[in-house]
Amino acid sequence: MKNKTRLLSGPYLFWAISFIIIPLAMIFSYGLTDRSGAYTLANIASIASAEHSKALWLSLKLSLIATVICLLLGYPLAYILAHMKSRMGMIIFIFILPMWMNFLLRTLAWQTLLEKTGVINTMLTFIGLPTISVINTSKAIVLGMVYNFLPFMVLPLYNSLTKIDDNVINAAYDLGANGFQTFIKIILPLTVPGIISGITMVFVPALTTFVISKLLGGSKILLIGNVIEEQFTQASNWHLGSGLSIVLMAFILVNMLLSAIFDRDGEANVL
Amino acid sequence: MTNRRHHASDILKKIYIILIFVFLYAPILTLIILSFNRSKTRAKWGGFTFKWYGSLFTNRDIMQALYTTLLIALLSSAIATVIGVCACLGLNKMKSSSRSVILGVTNIPMLNADIVTGISLMLLFLSFGMRFGFGTILLSHITFNIPYVILSVMPRMKNLNLSVYEAALDLGASGPYAFFKVVLPELLPGILSGFLLAFTMSLDDFIITHFTKGAGIDTLSTKIYTEVKKGIKPEMYALSTIIFVTVLILLLLINRPEKDSKQEPNTNTSTVVIP
Amino acid sequence: MSKKLIELNNISKSYGSNMVLDELNLYIRENEFLTLLGPSGCGKTTTLRIIGGFETPDDGNVLFDGKDITSLPPNKRQLNTVFQKYALFTHMNIEDNIAFGLKIKGKTDKYIKDKIEYALRLVNLEGFAKRMPDSLSGGQQQRVAIARAIVNEPKVLLLDEPLGALDLKLRQDMQYELIRLKEELGITFVYVTHDQEEALTMSDTIVVMNQGYIQQIGSPEDIYNEPENAFVADFIGDSNIIDGIMLQDELVMFLGAKFACVDTGFGTNKPVDVVIRPEDVILTPPERGIINGVVTHLIFKGVHYEMEVKAGGFEWLVHSTTMFPVGAEVGIQVDPFNIQIMNKPASEDEEAVSLEE
Repeated sequence: MKNKTRLLSGPYLFWAISFIIIPLAMIFSYGLTDRSGAYTLANIASIASAEHSKALWLSLKLSLIATVICLLLGYPLAYILAHMKSRMGMIIFIFILPMWMNFLLRTLAWQTLLEKTGVINTMLTFIGLPTISVINTSKAIVLGMVYNFLPFMVLPLYNSLTKIDDNVINAAYDLGANGFQTFIKIILPLTVPGIISGITMVFVPALTTFVISKLLGGSKILLIGNVIEEQFTQASNWHLGSGLSIVLMAFILVNMLLSAIFDRDGEANVL
Repeated sequence: MTNRRHHASDILKKIYIILIFVFLYAPILTLIILSFNRSKTRAKWGGFTFKWYGSLFTNRDIMQALYTTLLIALLSSAIATVIGVCACLGLNKMKSSSRSVILGVTNIPMLNADIVTGISLMLLFLSFGMRFGFGTILLSHITFNIPYVILSVMPRMKNLNLSVYEAALDLGASGPYAFFKVVLPELLPGILSGFLLAFTMSLDDFIITHFTKGAGIDTLSTKIYTEVKKGIKPEMYALSTIIFVTVLILLLLINRPEKDSKQEPNTNTSTVVIP
Repeated sequence: MSKKLIELNNISKSYGSNMVLDELNLYIRENEFLTLLGPSGCGKTTTLRIIGGFETPDDGNVLFDGKDITSLPPNKRQLNTVFQKYALFTHMNIEDNIAFGLKIKGKTDKYIKDKIEYALRLVNLEGFAKRMPDSLSGGQQQRVAIARAIVNEPKVLLLDEPLGALDLKLRQDMQYELIRLKEELGITFVYVTHDQEEALTMSDTIVVMNQGYIQQIGSPEDIYNEPENAFVADFIGDSNIIDGIMLQDELVMFLGAKFACVDTGFGTNKPVDVVIRPEDVILTPPERGIINGVVTHLIFKGVHYEMEVKAGGFEWLVHSTTMFPVGAEVGIQVDPFNIQIMNKPASEDEEAVSLEE
């Protein structure tokens, strides 16, 4: 009986090997070879070229900024939600419902909002304020990243905040701490796992995006995601694209290792 | 802690939540408004119209993309659910060391970048000489959906009291009967949320589909992406509005606040004081 | 008698439409071990939380040493709390947990070090300073929670069902521990529990509460021997509670028989509740009983036999060292001073004093 039940995971094991492990191996086999099939590190080394390193550097910078903004915006939001009465409805409206409006359209809508004669500028002009020109700059890309990935920051934060027993916080007050001291000494340290998984969940998609930069950054701003995407869809240089993907995965791996160290409960998996 | 300060901080919290909501929903509202825009470009308002809602249903391209999207979402989440639930049942019986290795592999598509997952699958299909199209999209969607099912079902699996199953056998039930009558109902909420999550993810996916679809087939996402340069067809806004409003209404119906459910006032539902 | 340290005056508190406390009045004397006892939902925890500052009453005020502290936040009050399930700071070791309050107050390192040492010795946890809370047993965590509270030298220690999460044996040990601590520290303990045995063992004063009202305040002996109403009688230990009619002073009729009692002043032919403790029921041969019945259940409990006797249409609960087998005909006698007579609830308020827990 026992062995028969264990066999039930057979199809999944087959699937995981075929569609997770082998494909990843393919990236390595392409990334570490040239068109003739000879082993080379040139694809990976090309990250050092002026064009690629600039794209990588910009991606790192923008995704880092977006992650920090998400943390600063998301922490108070998660905190308020965690102490609200009817939480579940709110959570759904913040996280699940927007997903049913297509991701590309949602992002595109920011064009309409941000354009020189767009909704926001029209309103600013109407109340006599100077207009902003954000669209097609890296600011718009950061905004798009924050907009799309903010929920991924809030969810783990919310989870780790709701895990804190109310009485632990009350105990801090009871022992003489004021609100600020309680936050710094108790709440913040106890939510470190949530902060780390939130950072991972925002940083990885922000670092690797090519859609947001394409939709909101105009055609001039290239992120590392755009460079890789072009190798596959336009230049058809899969070896180079795979090589750059390996570089990208190295960054993701470092990020995942960091989160694994801090987040032993596996909160990153809560979705 | 005086009443006035309490009040002020409550108002601040409300304002903050409202601002976040405006931020999250402004684009969605924009799209809904655009669906009623007589002008074909997003840039200017040409007056109110319902016509895109009519022409939507005669637009073959969009209807075809909608059909493909829904079919992929339905099939991929259903297949992923079956494979995922079976995997959980099997994993539950395994040694914890091999289980954590397998669950680690399961996490890869979730933690890895979509672009890398998309590329890796593309390379796989290329190497095996597969024809890009409906099949490759479906395989890809099943791949990234299975982890959502497993991660929804696995926690329930851990809580599942196996002696319930054994008790059913002890009372004379056959193995399959005990499974369907006793085990499955316990897992059902997890299975259902896994399925819905998978369905939603499949519907919203662009990146992985982008790399695995090939020419001649489009989901709504990829169709929108190709339209970006030429300008989005207003029917697309109309369709998105219909989908969004339908889900909104469904959610409101499901989450209708139950007025009678008074909260337990005493002891355990303690509240936090914020001085 | 020592002076009143805490006074609760006309405290009312409700959540939504649910009234949890209604015009509660209570004072707590200095150095008293006072227990708030009652079933869940009786308002005992809310009362404690109002004293601790974690809830603000809708109405009424709280005096501490004569000063109004009703709206003083918890971090400004001279009392400390031991919470349900301990509420330790899991990211800090034991030492840092205990030092938390002292560091906030800016005490010197030397002072803090001495205090930690003293507190750990007091709760028998020497050598645990560097351990993390997760690595401790429930009983040990409970001691840390107590140590963390008492190093701040509060005038009052509030304890919210502190032993609820422990197993029976440990709970009994901790009861003696708490009495010892209370004596060594010489401070006031306000203790919340639903466990009547805990209350009877440790308290100087017990406050029995139900549905937001105080049912009785008294010493453990008073509460046990002379419950003021059927709720208290039923909640404190097992009781036989029987409908009766007070025929005249010192004579009550119930289950169709007349019993001599010692109560007076109820008037004549007045409906009352009659309360008799199981250990006060005397089983006799049938011919000597005031009423007769048949033994329906028998359990050996170690110290005594627990029997159920069907007599006069009522299931009597009887504790006796003499055993009568199931099916035996027995007589029932009760000494007059062991019969407690109580007024039936009359007003709507007292209706709350139902027998349901």
